[in-house]
Amino acid sequence: MSTLRLMAHQARFDVRSQLRSPPTVFFSLALPVIFLLIFAALFGQGTEKAGGAEVSMTAYLVPGIVTLGIVSTTYVNLAIGLTVLRQNGLLKRIRATPLPLPVFMFGRVVVQIGFAFMITIVLSLVGLVLFGVAIPLDELPDIAIVVAIGAACFASLGIAMSAAIPNEDSAPAITNVTVLPLYFISGVFFPVDEAPKWMTAIADIFPIKHLATALLAAFDPAGTGASVLWGQLAIVALWGVAGMLLALRFFRWSPK
Amino acid sequence: MPPVISVKGLTKSYGDLQAVRGIDLEIEPGEVFAFLGPNGAGKTTTVEILEGYRRRSGGQVSVLGEDPANGDRAWRGRMGVVLQECQPDRFLTVHETLSLFAGYYSSPRPVEETMVRVGLAEQRDQRVRKLSGGQQRRLDVGLALIGDPELIFLDEPTTGFDPTARRNAWELIAGLRDLGRTVFLTTHYMDEAQALADRVAIISGGQIVATGPPSELGGRADAATEITFQLPAGRTATDLPPGLGEVKAGSDGVSLSTKEPVAALNQLTGWALAQGVDLHGLTVARPSLEDVYLQLTQAEEDA
Repeated sequence: MSTLRLMAHQARFDVRSQLRSPPTVFFSLALPVIFLLIFAALFGQGTEKAGGAEVSMTAYLVPGIVTLGIVSTTYVNLAIGLTVLRQNGLLKRIRATPLPLPVFMFGRVVVQIGFAFMITIVLSLVGLVLFGVAIPLDELPDIAIVVAIGAACFASLGIAMSAAIPNEDSAPAITNVTVLPLYFISGVFFPVDEAPKWMTAIADIFPIKHLATALLAAFDPAGTGASVLWGQLAIVALWGVAGMLLALRFFRWSPK
Repeated sequence: MPPVISVKGLTKSYGDLQAVRGIDLEIEPGEVFAFLGPNGAGKTTTVEILEGYRRRSGGQVSVLGEDPANGDRAWRGRMGVVLQECQPDRFLTVHETLSLFAGYYSSPRPVEETMVRVGLAEQRDQRVRKLSGGQQRRLDVGLALIGDPELIFLDEPTTGFDPTARRNAWELIAGLRDLGRTVFLTTHYMDEAQALADRVAIISGGQIVATGPPSELGGRADAATEITFQLPAGRTATDLPPGLGEVKAGSDGVSLSTKEPVAALNQLTGWALAQGVDLHGLTVARPSLEDVYLQLTQAEEDA
């Protein structure tokens, strides 16, 4: 099989497996929808400043929760999933087959990126149907660019993190501890313009805030004309490259 | 034909610990070879060097004509591996898992045929997570076979199995021989090596202490046969005819050690019939592989 066909072959089975895996379906699809419903119910009545104009809170929330969806489907899921495969000895077993390792990784990553797009569509539809948040059809190419870059970068961070996770039992705790606090201080659930300076400073270091900012700009709820915030995306990409380098250096095939 | 596996002077150290201390092996095509030894003897280290997982510290190794340290895709495509612990993707079915792996190889065996061969036809559409331990191990063997390999590594394939599951696994492994494949098996069960292997090497303390067919290992072919029995009351060992071999009389009976068991038995039973006495508990035993194994591995530990 050519490399491309082999990638498609691997991805086909990975999709099937992932759609049958309760943690994947929960973290990738159900959790973001639940978050959107809860935060919309709590704060949905208000308005927020976005792009220099007042927008409804739900219009602000959709790109915020899309950020959460991308992070949990790529970073959290890949880190947990790869840890499980390593503990089960499957990664070690794959190494003894002719399958090139990048193709194996590609299968997993491409499925998670696919899930990231799926959750973007699902959340946009939930926003439209339940809360009347218009889907910015003109901005779809911009949104796609941001989602693709964000998903790829968080996928590489997920692979890197799996190397640091000692075993299956600690995987969900470690991955969630590294992202949950950041969601709150990164403007995923509500704006953080008035947050204390030190908190903003911390959030600025990590990629979640930059992805959230870029997605909000791409969704453009104020209708002032969307733009791709390349500066924000560059910071996300930098994290992605760092993750890839760490993954290449520290990735482990065998259980400890 | 050149040997499938050729090892000369293989060593492996972890820091100060010498796990493998100069091993030589030659394994011919079609041979079922068992690598037998206690836990920690260096079995897994050796097999993982042969499989390409670990780098050796010294010596020469050739597997399927190549150095495993530089094994490429084509080389990996010619061998199959059953690891001690490996669970394939839990959410795929048996058929899907075999199909997935079949796609990795240039000329795989048919999936359906392989599934039947490993006895999983009834579990075709069952998810991997629902398989029993024995069934999962069968799937592992199926995955090792799916690429139609010339050489199959089986690392402790029946550890933790109940007796029935072990019998089934043995039949499966014996079937690999019928396919003409070379099999390299590690085990710490004597009976497993005896039942399956054409040739056995016993490893202890990182060195090979004996090698040969199970029936001849450690000089078993030439070893003396033990004949034991009890004499009726009133008879002692001194009443026995001469020339029976080395006779020892103890509280639990008499034992003779002889290199000519047929002649000795003939003489002994002839004498008993002529005397009109019975020989209770008459047994004839050659040293078992287990005796040889314990003797060899024990000597190494004591050294």
